[in-house]
Amino acid sequence: MIATAAPGWFLEHAYVIPLIPAVAFALIIAFGKRIPDTRIGRYTIPGGGSLIGVASMLGSLFFAAGAALQWIQYTDGENYVAAVRKSWVWWQSGGIEIGLGQQIDGLSVMVLLLVAFISTLVQIYSLEYLKGDRRYTHFFASLTLFSAGMLVMVLAENMVQLILGWEIMGLCSFMLIGHWWEEKANSRASLKAFFTVRTGDIGLLVGTAIVGLSAQKWITANGLQDQYSGFSIEGISRWALAGDSQYKSVLTWGAVALFIACIGKSGQFPLHTWLPDAMAGPTPVSSLLHSSTMVVAGVFLVARLYPVFFEGLRILDTNVNLIAVIGGITIIVAALLAFVQTDIKKVLAYSTVSQLGYMMMGLGVGAWTPAVFHIWTHAFFKCCLFLCAGSVAHSGSHHSFDMKKDMGGLWRKMPVTFVTWTISSMALAGVPFFAGWYSKDEIIDIAGGNQYWVFFAIGLAGAFLTTAYMTRATYLTFFGKARGAAAGIHDENHSDAHAPAPSAHGAADAHDAHDAHDAHDSHAGPHESPWLIKGPLVILATLAIIAGLINAPAFKIFKFEEWVEPKAMPVSLTGETIHEGSARNISVGAFGLRTSSEGESERKPVAAEGDGHSPTEGESGAEEHSAGYPGSAIEEGHLTGDCGTPGFVPAAGTTCYAPGVIHHEFEWVKALPAFLLVVLGFIISSAVCVTLYGKKRRPLAGLTERNIIARGLYKFLWNRYYLDALYEGVIVRGIAHPLARAMYWLNQNVFDGIVNGAGRSGRKVGEITYKYVDQGLVDGVVNGSGAAARGTGTALRPTQSGKVSQYGALLFAAAALAALILVLVNS
Amino acid sequence: MLTDQNWVLSVGVFLPLAGVLVMMFIPKSDELLVKFVGLLAALATLGIGIYTLAEFDYGQAEKLQFAVNTSWIDVIHSRYIVGLDGLSLPLYILSMVITVLVMIYSWNHVPSPGNPKAFYMLMLVLQVGMAGTFVAQDLVLFFVFFEIVLLPMYFMIGVWGGENRQYASLKFFLYTMFGSAFMLVAFLALFFKTGGTTFSMTQLADLVQQKYAEGGLTSTTMNLIFAGMALGFAVKVPMFPFHTWLPDAHTQAPTQGSVILAAILLKLGTYGFVRIALPILPQAAKVFAPWIGLLSVIGIIYGAWCCLAQTDMKRLIAFSSVAHMGFVMLGISTLTSYGINAAMFGMVAHGLITGMLFFVAGSVKDRYHTLEIKRLSGMLKQVPKLGWIMGFAAMASLGLPGLAGFWGEFPAILSAFEPAKGNVDLAIGPLSVNLYRTFMIIASIGTVFAAGYLLWLYQRTAFGTPTAEFAGLGADADDQDDHAHGAHDAHEGAEDTGHADGHHEKLHDVGIFEWIAWAPMLAAIVFFGVYPQAMFKVFDPAVSLISKKFGG
Repeated sequence: MIATAAPGWFLEHAYVIPLIPAVAFALIIAFGKRIPDTRIGRYTIPGGGSLIGVASMLGSLFFAAGAALQWIQYTDGENYVAAVRKSWVWWQSGGIEIGLGQQIDGLSVMVLLLVAFISTLVQIYSLEYLKGDRRYTHFFASLTLFSAGMLVMVLAENMVQLILGWEIMGLCSFMLIGHWWEEKANSRASLKAFFTVRTGDIGLLVGTAIVGLSAQKWITANGLQDQYSGFSIEGISRWALAGDSQYKSVLTWGAVALFIACIGKSGQFPLHTWLPDAMAGPTPVSSLLHSSTMVVAGVFLVARLYPVFFEGLRILDTNVNLIAVIGGITIIVAALLAFVQTDIKKVLAYSTVSQLGYMMMGLGVGAWTPAVFHIWTHAFFKCCLFLCAGSVAHSGSHHSFDMKKDMGGLWRKMPVTFVTWTISSMALAGVPFFAGWYSKDEIIDIAGGNQYWVFFAIGLAGAFLTTAYMTRATYLTFFGKARGAAAGIHDENHSDAHAPAPSAHGAADAHDAHDAHDAHDSHAGPHESPWLIKGPLVILATLAIIAGLINAPAFKIFKFEEWVEPKAMPVSLTGETIHEGSARNISVGAFGLRTSSEGESERKPVAAEGDGHSPTEGESGAEEHSAGYPGSAIEEGHLTGDCGTPGFVPAAGTTCYAPGVIHHEFEWVKALPAFLLVVLGFIISSAVCVTLYGKKRRPLAGLTERNIIARGLYKFLWNRYYLDALYEGVIVRGIAHPLARAMYWLNQNVFDGIVNGAGRSGRKVGEITYKYVDQGLVDGVVNGSGAAARGTGTALRPTQSGKVSQYGALLFAAAALAALILVLVNS
Repeated sequence: MLTDQNWVLSVGVFLPLAGVLVMMFIPKSDELLVKFVGLLAALATLGIGIYTLAEFDYGQAEKLQFAVNTSWIDVIHSRYIVGLDGLSLPLYILSMVITVLVMIYSWNHVPSPGNPKAFYMLMLVLQVGMAGTFVAQDLVLFFVFFEIVLLPMYFMIGVWGGENRQYASLKFFLYTMFGSAFMLVAFLALFFKTGGTTFSMTQLADLVQQKYAEGGLTSTTMNLIFAGMALGFAVKVPMFPFHTWLPDAHTQAPTQGSVILAAILLKLGTYGFVRIALPILPQAAKVFAPWIGLLSVIGIIYGAWCCLAQTDMKRLIAFSSVAHMGFVMLGISTLTSYGINAAMFGMVAHGLITGMLFFVAGSVKDRYHTLEIKRLSGMLKQVPKLGWIMGFAAMASLGLPGLAGFWGEFPAILSAFEPAKGNVDLAIGPLSVNLYRTFMIIASIGTVFAAGYLLWLYQRTAFGTPTAEFAGLGADADDQDDHAHGAHDAHEGAEDTGHADGHHEKLHDVGIFEWIAWAPMLAAIVFFGVYPQAMFKVFDPAVSLISKKFGG
């Protein structure tokens, strides 16, 4: 069945979604400062251009929502539906035209909607949070451009446009993290963010070159150059899934290079170090950065170019791959760090890193749909958590983010913040029936189902750790004894704000000091935040509960899968589905679909049997299912197409756009281990918190001083595995100082030394020659070099420059004369 | 349709001389009139340039347009051949624009020891040389224009330069002369070895292939000739390791000199490669290309590292040129249309961006009387507009997409993935793919260093709070009241009173002449960054013609 309906106006014109904030950015920069606050009755309408930003995000949200609705009508959930593409020539080079345009499919529609929605809420929140800030207008301008950058990236038709959005975000993160650049710690943090991401971007540039130009070759060879350039997302996807063996190694290199970029952008181990420092920016920035923009970009890129990674890194085809490994390590490494933070925002920062690890790992084990779904659910509750932290700092802890020093017992004072925080934490921890559960659990489920046992275990361990550190953060913030600012003690805080931050965490700890200057002040003690802050919190917390319901395997709701997951069927060039070999059941051998030692792929025989199931049959046929793991070694699932299967080459005239995702049937038994670990995490962590930070007896307090192992571990974590020391202390310092100086020394003393030396010695030679040897003996070659050398030597004695001037004057006069004659003759 | 308005280029090139002529009769003391006439001449020239832009046939951008071919110096077989194609057009116009902008900037910024009459005259003469180089289609004519450029710049640095100006100007002059001596020898050798009847570039290019096919020209000879030319151009670019004149010249030159040097003069070298060396001697170009590529990537990394070691803002920007021109040369060395397009774009982009950075440096020097990074801090607080413009230029320079710099850098990296495949007809083999892919990776690492030195510079000079020396002299003194929060300001206030007795005058933000001079450049950086096609489509056809020789 061909999707016959026209895509609709909103889909055809989705490019306006990023255009609106881009224009708004220009307007804010141009006029923002001239717009004053106006008072209407009791209300103050904020000026400074902030409302332009909010309005533009609302506009984007409107168009994104329209596009999403039309997309839902446009897809039918069973067949491949062609993306709505558009492209205008942006630059041409050597016959290849690269465009600026849009590539609208389920994935981009979903992220567009998400970004527009979250940005709108964050901007509304910022109206209050940043009130009275000294760079209020700049803040809103950057925030708007930031969203525009993400939106450009999301609907990018090709890799170059994607890079554009990607780098705009880099720039904006630089401006926003360093928003209060007067303090060195903040400008350092912004530099660090920009650099680390930029280091990853080496991979982006190289990877784009690799896949783009290779795909171009394939496209030209197959006569498709009128449809695509080699850099277009679809062109690359088709090339990657074409099964052309001559591109195998190129694909691998391209995938590795691009993944390095994703490591940098999405804060994956070992380039995650910039993310916690990025907390130096205002809280709404952290919230936006960590929920739907910037850090999600890396995950998005992997999802967007999934065919490249799928084929290049042989996902499902080997029992381990780069993406899964990096994602898995990141989950654990970041979660552990979250335990030793005293700064509430840093706990959340590491939590983001860890959750991004889940997404990456999901993509690495073939769980495309739940990983992308996790982008969706995570955005709501993570945004909410950050905004809660901001709310606490804004109204509860007097602009401090230090949980140990300035918080505690706030739940009574800030009930709305507390409730929304708790809901979001539960969603984050993956408590059943909260949004995060649906996505996270399916990632873990597919990791197990596809026989990635190590990553399955990591996923479970991550769930335990997540619950534990969130319990700790919740306890420190909202329970226990009120401390510092939360208890109404301000003086200490003020003096503290100006004292240099302790060196161990020096880089970003100073942010609290700035909030103290910038946000408006009220010395009324802890209280609940105003509605501009509470409103977004409530909306987001609601979504943290219900946003997961659109894809709830537990209730057999697969809407998200239907709308967003690209169908892995070979499609004729005109977009028709080829019915043979579409959705059907498959069995999965040990280690997923890896070719077994006999050299026979488990998937192949099935593919050979492909008996022309109609797609509908396939969908309903997904009932016969596994006996649950880890009992049996053979797992069954349903696969929506052959694309990406080892050895599968689409028939002539057909093409693949996406590799298949194997979905496994949900069973309550399988969800049980994760749930038990969550409960366990909660119980253990609560117990530890009460005994460590509690009001009465604290038997565990001071353990790190008493126990050498605990101390060592704590120190190791507190110093963030010494990765920062390695990067900043060794690598950056090494290049910026000794290496650069050595190079400059080389420049001055060797390269320039040769020039000057040649000059000096040339002059000597000249003198000697003049003195002792007949000038006529000096032949042409020596003359030439001698002249130059003498000149340089003369340079050392400015008084002798007469000769050059004479020569120069002569040449000048001659040229001027000649030119003049010419003008007269020719005109 | 090609127009045959053959007066356009000659007038466009030599019109500034009319200005010079008029200025000769104006007394030195009448500074306003002198400036006015100078600017008028430059504006009139730009007017011709805009007319050229309008009349240029973009459909046939690969062809030489407005061509003139008439006898000139018959004794040495040199003819007056000028013409303009897509390769020359952007640079030709850029030279005119930059001259006008520099003159506007100079309106109230004539560097010490003053004498605007001489200064403006020199700029006009410089303009003749620059524009002429880009339209000359005869090697001798090209050489003459190429050399004309040297003198005004020599005087600009030597008279209006910094403390060490005489050393720097001489070094600049002689180093370039040294290179062009080889270039001239190469031109002559080319003429005699091919038995040419003129120095026409197109004729010589044809003759070379003819002679080579007949066996009358050996590869060794061609290689030697190419080496001579390449040396001349490489010094001008400047390529590592012939770059040492550049930091000195830039650091010592007055702002205007630095801007013109960076924006146009360096491009004479790269343009020479694309216009002369590659098309005339493709076989030799292929032989040298890997070496040029190697020197380019060394230049990229080396330049960046030297930048990191700098303590002087202007010298840092100067070294950054070495790195940026490395990208341009890397593009050229791939011998593909991708690469050469990138190089062409990179030339214009670098001209605009680095020119802008030098303008900013000049204005900083004007205000703070120092460019020492250590002494500058918190510029964003004191002169916020200048600080923002500097940030903008730095971002453009580090290759942020959406701004012009990206389109010189990224396509160059791209092009190194697949260097020229070779051309059997001309007996040109393919370039080593693995070698160039290595270059590609090194070059992209260079982009990180570029971000490094530029942002580090920005952090140290623009961010933070003003140093004690300059505290309270800029906008930071005015908006004390804006800060509602006592403690911090009290802290600052204490500093202010402590240093109120400093010897510095008040710092003022970007002035009107600066705005007029900079706005077009800033706008162009954005425009070409957002819509690169505007330029790519101009030179792509002409570049494809060249790259065809290498199988691209």
